[in-house]
Amino acid sequence: MITSPEQLAEYRAKCRSAQTLLRPRLLVGMATCGLASGAAKVFAALREEAALRGVDIDIVATGCKGACFLEPLIDAVIPGKARVTYAGVTVEDVPDLLDAVLAGAVYAKRALARETAECLLIEDCAEPYPADANLEGVPAYDAVPFFHGQLHLAMRNCGYLDPTSIDEYIARGGYAAAARALTTMTPEQIIEAIKTSGLRGRGGGGFPTGRKWESCRKAHGTPKYVVCNADEGDPGAYMDRSILESDPHSVLEGMIIGSFAVGANQGFIYVREEYPLAVERLRHAITQAEELGLLGTNIFDTGHDFTLRINRGAGAFVCGESTALMASLEGRVGEPRAKYIHTVESGLWGKPSCLNNVETWNNVPVVIQRGAEWFAGIGTEGSKGTKVFSLVGKVRHVGLVEVPMGMTLRAVIEGIGGGVPEGRQLKAIQTGGPSGGCIPAEYLDSPVDFESLSSLGSMMGSGGVIVMDDRTCMVDVARYFLAFLKDESCGKCVPCREGTGRMLDILTAICEGRGEPGDIEILRDLATVMSEASLCGLGTSAANPVLTTLQYFADEYQAHIADHTCPAKVCRALLRYSILTEACTGCAACAKVCPVNAISGERKSPHVIDETACIKCGQCYEICRFSAIEVA
Amino acid sequence: MSEQTATCMDTILDEVLGRYPARPSSLIAVLQDLQEALNFLPPVALNRVASALHVPRSQVYHVATFYKAFSLTPRGKHLVSICRGTACHVQGDEKVADMLHAELGIRDGETSADGEFTLQSVRCLGCCSLAPVIMIDREVFGNLTAAALRRALAQYRDDMTS
Repeated sequence: MITSPEQLAEYRAKCRSAQTLLRPRLLVGMATCGLASGAAKVFAALREEAALRGVDIDIVATGCKGACFLEPLIDAVIPGKARVTYAGVTVEDVPDLLDAVLAGAVYAKRALARETAECLLIEDCAEPYPADANLEGVPAYDAVPFFHGQLHLAMRNCGYLDPTSIDEYIARGGYAAAARALTTMTPEQIIEAIKTSGLRGRGGGGFPTGRKWESCRKAHGTPKYVVCNADEGDPGAYMDRSILESDPHSVLEGMIIGSFAVGANQGFIYVREEYPLAVERLRHAITQAEELGLLGTNIFDTGHDFTLRINRGAGAFVCGESTALMASLEGRVGEPRAKYIHTVESGLWGKPSCLNNVETWNNVPVVIQRGAEWFAGIGTEGSKGTKVFSLVGKVRHVGLVEVPMGMTLRAVIEGIGGGVPEGRQLKAIQTGGPSGGCIPAEYLDSPVDFESLSSLGSMMGSGGVIVMDDRTCMVDVARYFLAFLKDESCGKCVPCREGTGRMLDILTAICEGRGEPGDIEILRDLATVMSEASLCGLGTSAANPVLTTLQYFADEYQAHIADHTCPAKVCRALLRYSILTEACTGCAACAKVCPVNAISGERKSPHVIDETACIKCGQCYEICRFSAIEVA
Repeated sequence: MSEQTATCMDTILDEVLGRYPARPSSLIAVLQDLQEALNFLPPVALNRVASALHVPRSQVYHVATFYKAFSLTPRGKHLVSICRGTACHVQGDEKVADMLHAELGIRDGETSADGEFTLQSVRCLGCCSLAPVIMIDREVFGNLTAAALRRALAQYRDDMTS
C-alpha cells in the first residue's frame, strides 16, 4: 500500500532499480493496429528464439506509438545505449534482430529512428545518450518526417511501457501528479490550475475543463460523480482506443485528481463494446491501482475515497452525448434529454456529474506536474496544449499524430502525413466526424485549433482527420454521413429523426441520378430546422457534412443533378464500365474476379462486359494491368 | 424448447444474474453477458431478467431493441462485422460488402444458411489506419483485399471442422 508521496517515491525507486536496464529489452507494439499487422507472430517468434538460445533478454508487449503505417514496431533498449525503433519487422527478421541487439549493435535493415536522449516529458528531464558509432545512418526521431514537429503529451507513455504494469507507469513518473494534487493542493487550487492551463474538452465540444469542474464542485447535492467518456464514436477517430490500450493508468490518474477536485467518491468509465482490448486493459489497471491503495479508501491518507467502475457501451453512437451516456449508465436506453439543467448540476441519477473524455482526463496529470503556465504556453490563444489526430484516408503516413494546437493543416497532412499517394490530388479534409465538415484543399494553410476549424464550417470534434483525394465524391461523402446519422439517430425528437431520413432520401436520389432542381433548396431548409430544433448535438450538427460540401463543392452537386455524372467516378448508378478492345490482351483476369460473371470472351482475345449483368463493383478496373477497363 | 436446453438456460441465467447487483442499472451489463453466452436474447431470458432486476418488461424490451449489440434472433456462430467508418468508406467498404456477399451469400444483418456466419455493419471499429477493416468475432483484419478476405474466412471455417 502506498499512503504518502514519500512512499510513492520509494516505490518508484524500487521499480526503477528493478527495471534499470541490466539486460536488453525489446518492446513490441501490440495495440490493435500492431496485432492486426502481425505483431503477435513476431512477439511469439522473438520469445521462442530467445528461449531457444537461452539468452537473458526482456521481451514485452507495449502500446502504440502512433506510426500505424509502420507496424509492427519494435523498440530496442540496450543498457547504456540509445533507444532504437525498428519498423515493419517480420518473423524472418527475428534471428538477425536478436543477434544485433545481443551484440549491442543495430539491425540496420529495419532501423527507423533513434532517440537522442532518455526523457520523461512529465518531469521535464532528459538525459542524452552517449555517442555510439553503431548508430551512424540511423536518423534521430525528429529527423523522421512522420515524427518531426510532433509533441507527445497525451501519448507520453504510448509505446514506452508495458500497459499491464503499474510499476512501469510509476517508474515513468506516474501517480506523482495525483500525490501532489491530493496532498499539497486544495480542490480549489487544482481547479484554478486547470482553468489557468486553458485545457478544453478533447471529445468534441471543447468546453473549458476547469470551468466544468468548478460548476460541479459548486453544485448542490450528493453524492457527486465523475465520468470518463470512452465511447469514442466518431468514425475515423481512434486516439482514445490507443490511449486506453497503451497507457490506461494515465486516465485513472486524471480521474483520481478530478474526483478530489469536484468532491466525488465514485467514478464510471463508459467504454465502447467494440474496444474489447481497452476494456481488458482498464480492468487490469483498476485492480492494480486498488492493490496499491491508489484507488479505494483514504487515498494518500487524505481521507479521500474513490472507486471506479467500468461500463461497456452496447453499440449506440448517440451514447457519446453526455445525457444519453448517463441514461445508458443508469441501465436505460441512450436517449438524450434537453439540457436546461446541465449535467454538472443534475446528471447521473440526478446528481452533479463531471464528464470528460479519455484524452482530457489523460492531460490532467501533465497540467499538475508541469504546471498550468507551462501547459498554457503550448498552442494558440484560445486552444492550449496539444491534440491527438488520427490521420487517415488517402494519405501516405496513416496513424495517430499529436501536435501543438495551431499547426497548419498543411504541416500535418503534407509534412507529417507525407501528402496524398503519388499521382493523386488532395481534394478535401474531413474533420469532426459526422458533426464536422469537409474543408477543401485551398484552406490547407489554416491552423488546426477549435476556432479556426469552426470558422470553416467544420469542427475539431474528437480529432479525426480524413484525407480525401480526387477519387472521393463529395456528394457521396455527404450521403455516407447522413446514412450514418439516420441510422444512429435515437428517434426521440422529430427534427432529427425525420430530418436525417429526408436528407438521406434526397442525397441518395442525387447519387443515383434521380436528383431534381429544387433538391438543394430543400436540403438547406431541412438543415435550418434541424440545427434549430433538434434536442441534442447529433441532430443540431447533422447537416454540417451537407452544408460544407454544398458550400465548397457546389459544382459536384450540379454535375450529379443536371448532367447525371459523378466527376469522381464513385456513384455507381452513374457509371458505365466497358472494355477497350485495343488495349485488352484477353488475360481473363477481369473475368475471373467478376463476382457476377458479367465478363466473357475467348482467351487471348478482347473480352466484353455484359452491361445488364454488371453490378459496377469496379473489381475488374482494379485488377486490370493494361488499363483496358474504361469507366465513363 | 427441450427440457435439457431449458435447464441449461436457467444455469446460465443464474450465473449471469449472480454477477451483478439486482438493480435496474445492471440491466445493460446483464443483457450483454447473456447475449455473449446465448448468442441471442430469447423471450424467456428477457422475462427472467425483468423480474430479477425489478425492471418492467417493456423497459427490458426497449433496451434490448435499442442497442445494436443485442439480437432477439439467433446469430451465426461467428459474427462478421464490416466497419463503416469514414476511413473505411473512403477506402472502399462497399467493395468489401460485395466481396462478403460473394463469399457468404448474405447481406447486412443476415445469417448464412448453415448458421456459421452473421454479417453486420458497424460504425467505426477504430482501426482506421488499416482501412478497409472487418472484425470476425474479436479478431481484426485490415487492408482487406479479396484474397485476404478469403484467407480470413477460411481460418474460421477451418476452426469449425477441427
